[in-house]
Amino acid sequence: MKERTLRGKVAVAGVGETAYYKRGQAPDAEFKLALKSIKAACADAGISPKELDGFASFSNDRSDPSRLAAALGCSELRFSNMQWGGGGGGGAAAVGNAAAAIATGTADCVVVFRALAQGQFGRFGQGSQSNVVSGSFAHTIPYGLMSPAQMFAMKVVRFMHDHGVEQNALRSISLAAYHHAQHNPRAVMYGRPLDEDTYDNSRWIVEPFHLYDCCLENDGAAAMVLVSAERAEEFPHKPCYLLGAVGGSHYRAGASVHNTPEYASSTFPSLAPHLYDMAEVTAGDVDVLQCYENFTGGVLMSMVEHGFCEPDECNEFFVKERFLAPGGDLPLNTSGGNLAECYMHGLGLIIESIRQIRGDSTSQVANSEVSMTISGPMVTPVSSCIFGGETTL
Amino acid sequence: MNPPYLNSGLPQPLPAPDGLDAAFWQGLTDEKILLQSCCDCNKWQWGPEWICHHCHSEALTFTEVAPEGIIYSYERVWHPVHPALKDQGPYLIVLVEIPIADHVRLVGNLLGDPHQDVIIGSQVQAVFEHHETEQHPFTLLQWQTIN
Repeated sequence: MKERTLRGKVAVAGVGETAYYKRGQAPDAEFKLALKSIKAACADAGISPKELDGFASFSNDRSDPSRLAAALGCSELRFSNMQWGGGGGGGAAAVGNAAAAIATGTADCVVVFRALAQGQFGRFGQGSQSNVVSGSFAHTIPYGLMSPAQMFAMKVVRFMHDHGVEQNALRSISLAAYHHAQHNPRAVMYGRPLDEDTYDNSRWIVEPFHLYDCCLENDGAAAMVLVSAERAEEFPHKPCYLLGAVGGSHYRAGASVHNTPEYASSTFPSLAPHLYDMAEVTAGDVDVLQCYENFTGGVLMSMVEHGFCEPDECNEFFVKERFLAPGGDLPLNTSGGNLAECYMHGLGLIIESIRQIRGDSTSQVANSEVSMTISGPMVTPVSSCIFGGETTL
Repeated sequence: MNPPYLNSGLPQPLPAPDGLDAAFWQGLTDEKILLQSCCDCNKWQWGPEWICHHCHSEALTFTEVAPEGIIYSYERVWHPVHPALKDQGPYLIVLVEIPIADHVRLVGNLLGDPHQDVIIGSQVQAVFEHHETEQHPFTLLQWQTIN
């Protein structure tokens, strides 16, 4: 085993979330949502929130760890961490940051969380409301390029052009998510199935994204408690170990005004090999995959860049049946994901990844031992992580 | 002068307060495309930065390039995300690469029919869209296909 690795050093004690709401409809303040999700994760672990000594989040979460620790009565605070930049691309990286703190003895019991109340703080999917704009945004917003969908569509257009990818490849991702949401009572789209015709006839947001290629906008919070692997057996659920986590981006991904040299990309080309290297698995070993759908095109490219299929084989690979639990050979977004469960900036996807190892998903994959999550494709930095069951250690 | 491609009321560009892209915006007002290049290694880069990403020189300048490029990618926007675009209807954004400047890319609108077929790799010509009556006058860099 490598000397410098997170593999097998950290385990999940518990996971939790608030109810998930449509944007603007949470009855609670954002900070209270954060507290409720952390309390739920601790209850799931069977520990007191006072035992938490570290907090990790991403995307400039507004719930400050010092205030959280004070509100929860934590006996001390030893780790107060934010993954810098990348919005939802920081989800798996926040897990990795928390794990690194635990593995190095910096903290013992770290909660990774994300809370969102868009009614309280404004929507993601709207353009700038200011009268003037400067810096890199001055080179895009005056041309009507201002929302996340608009920021990423040109990457997907170019990828689909280069590799002859057809719209149905994107559609299969959306249909799989909605299929799984019908089994998940937590899902905002529970009871609202999606079929091929409805997808095909839905309005364009920005080509090639139909309405159903775009994530939801939600309010709520999600959290997970991480501890040292030696403690994995202390908690009520089947042990779930972190096998690897990486966060970052490829060469000059941050070059502004759409100047990333490898443009038609989910930002994972150089990063994904590091994940497999740390986790000591290959794409073929992955039993179940949660892949962040800001937009379906990002799922497509990040699955290619994680080695699940060749770029020129997308039309054959991206078919709905492959992605359905329990029978498909690569069940995808088994909670409904960001498209149909909830857009909790992708932290819900990581919780679902853990549930698949514990065996308590609402669309459980049999004998799931290697469970991957990909966070926030097409932004920078992005991140991904792999959890494993006891047999993987 | 043709009317602007997009409805008025969108956020207006201001040169960055730190001066990093001031030469570019002044260039557009003068109907020139000025992009950043390195005085030491001659590499181009965009968006502008304080040092050269290749040789780390601080000796950077803005150099004029011909007002033409190639469509690298594009998108047709349907859903308005700003009140000014509520009655706009679909519009086209293009990502234009400038081959003679190390293939750096610029964002603009593709003028003409918003329903037109857009062909990646096709040649486009710059159109300077002046907004002179604003409090802070500015010029946008738009593109049209070369027939």
